Formats: sequence, structure tokens, C-alpha cells
Amino acid sequence: MKKKIFSMHVDVDDFIPATEEEKAYMVQMRPSTTFFKDGMKRLMKNKIAATSMFLIIIITLSSILIPFFWPYKYDKMLGNTPGKPMDSSYNNLAPFQYGETEQKRIANGEKVFPHIFGTDAQGRDYFIRVVYGTRISLAVGFFASIIVLIIGLTVGSISGYIGGKVDIIIMRIVDIIYSLPDTLMVILLASVMKVSLGALLEGTILEKLGTNMVSLFLVFGLLYWVSMARLIRGQILSLREQEYVLAAQATGAKAGWIIRKHLLPNCISVVIISTALQIPSAIFTESYLSFLGLGVNAPMPSLGSLASDALNGINSYAYRLIIPAVVISLIVLSLNLFGDGLRDAFDPKLKN
Amino acid sequence: MNTKTLMYILKRIALAILTVWVVITVTFFVTRAVPGGPFMSEKAISKEAQAALEAKYGLDKPVMEQYFTYLKDVVTKLDFGPSLKLRGRMVMDVIADGMKTSVKLGLIAAFLALALGIVLGSVAALRRNTLLDKGIMVVATAFVSMPSFIMGTLLLLLFAVHWPIFPANGSTAEGLVLPIITLSLYPMAYITRLTRSSMLDVLGQDYIRTARAKGVAPLKIIFGHALKNSLIPVITYFGPMLAYIVTGSLVVEQIFAVPGIGRAFVSSITNRDYPLIMGTTIVLACLIVIMNLVSDILYKVVDPRITLE
Repeated sequence: MKKKIFSMHVDVDDFIPATEEEKAYMVQMRPSTTFFKDGMKRLMKNKIAATSMFLIIIITLSSILIPFFWPYKYDKMLGNTPGKPMDSSYNNLAPFQYGETEQKRIANGEKVFPHIFGTDAQGRDYFIRVVYGTRISLAVGFFASIIVLIIGLTVGSISGYIGGKVDIIIMRIVDIIYSLPDTLMVILLASVMKVSLGALLEGTILEKLGTNMVSLFLVFGLLYWVSMARLIRGQILSLREQEYVLAAQATGAKAGWIIRKHLLPNCISVVIISTALQIPSAIFTESYLSFLGLGVNAPMPSLGSLASDALNGINSYAYRLIIPAVVISLIVLSLNLFGDGLRDAFDPKLKN
Repeated sequence: MNTKTLMYILKRIALAILTVWVVITVTFFVTRAVPGGPFMSEKAISKEAQAALEAKYGLDKPVMEQYFTYLKDVVTKLDFGPSLKLRGRMVMDVIADGMKTSVKLGLIAAFLALALGIVLGSVAALRRNTLLDKGIMVVATAFVSMPSFIMGTLLLLLFAVHWPIFPANGSTAEGLVLPIITLSLYPMAYITRLTRSSMLDVLGQDYIRTARAKGVAPLKIIFGHALKNSLIPVITYFGPMLAYIVTGSLVVEQIFAVPGIGRAFVSSITNRDYPLIMGTTIVLACLIVIMNLVSDILYKVVDPRITLE
């Protein structure tokens, strides 16, 4: 039967129930994957990245958990018991050696937990110091990246979305900060803030962190956000022109809403990747500053300050240098490789 | 060179000058923000002595006046004033003394890094996916993940303490070998990776295939056609490399006791010798800014295809 184009005639064939064969077309062969699942699958296929992730998780978990059940404290000088003279037999113990009182206890049949890496020059258990130092270095890297992320995200998205004069001014500031030699500025700021922050922090929670730590975070917040801001701005600039943004604007959505609900979720993979790559560089910088004596405050250890302290006894106690050196290189290496893997897995534009 | 390139260069120079000004200003005001002024760390001194000291160093004048005097002295005469802790020495003299050693150290390290990095990177690219390539890349990746102070202390441990081949003290000529190696390893590894990837990129280009098809000798293809173009990205690394060598030399000179500007800087921090801190920061920062400027401009001039923003 010939159908007239403009008639209201309905084709009855359209209403015949589907046959089994036709139904089979509609069956989902496998559940649809989300962007996240797809990326994770690709990440896990990448052996190097998966191994690095595994390593990072193990190092992080052990640096958090070990101090809870380890019998020694990172700042406890073992030869120092209240009311008694200093027992120097605890200083500079080689791995798996014991101090005098401990040897007596062993002779009495007691069990004494071994000093796996020995003790340092002040009789502190070196293993727990390395663990604690790892914890501090990781924490600094993580929080510094979060600070960078928050500032970079805010400034970058505002600059990219609003555009115009605001964008030009922000980008000129970014240009200047970007061309500042960062490490030199970090050293300058850290060395001065170390002195000037003390009075400001007195009595606040931040005092416990130590002036060096606070100045470190401040410096990161002041200097390192620029590349993140540039990146986000670029993303927002290209996303801003998409139709769904126009649709949202047409329905009366406010700028903040559009940025938060439409633009940022779409550049989330870029953000995660560059944050992941920011962590090792923050750890790098922290250890560098600690090595120069501008990092964490004593007696708190960080991997950099442990390596720097070990430099004095390098002739007799070389392992004390090698241990933190290996740990720090391992952390930075695996974070870098993991970040590369993340980029390959989650950045669809780089997919080959 | 067209007007667009010229405009870019002018803009870039303006930014560099602005950056140097920001560095000087930030350095000045940050060090002035130290509570109690630079003499606070001294032992208790009488009010009169304090006032006399401040008058001598011009610290009794209003801050803005001090700032403009400082800025004028630095820009016109390269005069950073006297050092606080090194009696009777001008900051500029301390810097010039340190520079003699540090420049030597830095230049040799940079040259070594460039030469070896380019060779290793090209070899890795030409022997792609062989054991040699993989070996080079693994070592390069490992070196990129090692902070300079770790590299330095490990080299010190191995070649000065364990096998005493080189002296641990860097004040002699043989003593400079280990610091130079330490400083060059990271940029060398970086340049290796950079050269490898850009060489692979270039080798896949059509004009290389054309040259091959015409029957040009393989060596001539590599040196005459591929290498030149694959080195363009390396130019962009000049600036960051200098920045790395400058900051790396701070710790490396400390580790090996090299009498250079890096060690002067670090000890000025521990001594709180503020004029010296300011002077070294400004001089080193200017060096880095200028090098970045040069490498950016060179990059645009060498490769005209690059779009200018």
C-alpha cells in the first residue's frame, strides 16, 4: 500500500510484536563501561603503572600503620631513661644490635624487639625514623599538591570562564610567577619565613606543624599553582564553547554553577593526572629543602633531613644514607611512572 | 625575520625585565619582613650600638627610600652593599669569587650533559626496541627520579669513601670531577629521553623516507637530515637545565665542599646574612631568566613553523 507523505495514516506493521530474533539484537552483550572503569582497565593492563601503584600503596600503608604497633618512637632516645645517666651504649648501634640494658634483658630470657636498621647518633631507632620520615615526605607531597590543585583550579577556571580583562590580568601574573626561578624563590621564602612565622603561629594549631612546614606549604601555595592554573584555563577555554554550556546559559544557570557542574567535571582527568605528577615534584622539593636544613623541624624526620644527617657519619654508617636515599628514589620513581600510566589511561586525546 | 617574530622577541624581553624587577622587589621586601631586622639574631647589644649598626647599613631610613636606593645601586652599579657577617667584604666580591669556580663547574657539567645526552638519545632511537635502547632508557628514567643531593652523596660514598679514586674535597681540580658528574647526570638523562623521542618523531617523517628512497647513505641521513631537526626540542631545555644546574650546585657544592657561589648562598642562609642572601638570589635568578629568554628566542628563530602567541 502506497503511503501518502502528509496523511495521518499509521503503518500497522510497526505495531507487530518483535520476533525472538529481533529481540536478540537488543540484548546487551556486556554491561556498558563508565569512563572511570575503562581507564582503570587500561591502567591495570599497563604492567609498569600497576606495579608502581601497588608499590605506592604498600609504602603509604606501611608508613601510616607501622608506627601504631612498633615498640619504639621516632623521637625516643633509647639510652635516655628519666633519673638515670645517659646510656651511650644505645648510640650508633649497627643493625640488629642491642644496647647494654637490652642485652641483660635478653640474657634473662626476655624478648627484645630488634633494631632492624640500628640506631642513630642519639640512640633513636632508625627504622621507625625512616618510616616516619617517609610518612612526612608523603604527607607533604600530598597536601602540597592539594593546595596547588585548589588554588590552580579556582584561578584557572575563573580566568578561563570570565575571560576578557580579568583573564589578561591573571595570565600576566601567571606569566611572571611562571618565569620566576622557583627553587631559588622557595629557598629565599623558606629561609625568611622560618624566622618570621614563629611569632605569628604561636598558640595556633599550626604551631605543632612547625614553622618550616607551614612556610613550605605557603611557598607551594604561592608559587606552584601557576602551571595548574594555565592548564585548567586552557581546558575551560575550549569547553566553554560547547553547546551544552550555551544550553545551560540559556536556561539561566549562573557562572559558578556552570563551572562547577559542567566545566570542571569535564576536565577532571587532566586535573587528576597533573595532580598525580605534582606529588613527586613536591616530595623532591621538600627533600631538597630538608637537606639544606630548611625543611621539617627537628626532631621530626623527613627523608631529606635523614639523608642530610647521615652525611656526617658517612664513613662509618653509610647504610644510614643509603636507606633514605633508596626510599626517596623509589617513591619518586614509582609516582612518576604511575602518573605517566594515569596519563596514558585517562587522557583520551593522547590515545593512539 | 618578520615583524611578528620581532614583536614576540620584544614582548619576551619585556617579560624578562619585568621578572627581574619582581625578583629584586620580592627579595627586598621579603628579607625586610624579618621581625626585628637582620640584627635580631646577634647577641644582646646595646641600643646605641644597634642604632649605629642600622645607620651604617642604612636601615634607619624609611623602607621605601631604602628600596629605591637598593634598586638604583643594583641596576646601575651591580652593588649589593656590604656583607653582614663576612667582615669588610662586599656582597658582589663574594659572588664574583664564588662564580669563578661555579661557572667552570656548571659549564663543564652542561657540556657533558648535552654531548652524552644527545649521543645516548640518538643511539637509543636508532636501535629502537633493542636491549641497548631499553637499558639506556631504564638508566635515564632512574636518574631522572633521583634528587641531586642523593646522587651527590651516593657518588661521594662510592668513589671517594669506598673506593678513594677522587678526593672528597672539591677545592682542587681532581676534586671537581665528582661534583661535575653529579650535576650532569640529571640533565643528561633528561636530554637522552628528549632526544630519543624527538629523533623517533623525525625518523618517521616523510622527508627521511624520501632521502632513504633516493639512496642516501644511512649515516648521511642521520647526521645531515635527522639529527639537526631532532635537536630543536633540546634547545627548549637550555633554560631549565641551567636552572637545575644552579639549584643543584647549591647542594652539590655543600656536599663536596666546593668553594663556589652555591656554598656561599647556603652558608649565608644559615648565617642569616641577608645582603648576601639577596645578592645571590638576584644574581642567580637573573642568570636563569636570561637563559630562559635566550632559549625561548632561539627556539622560535630556529623553527619558523612554531606558532607565536
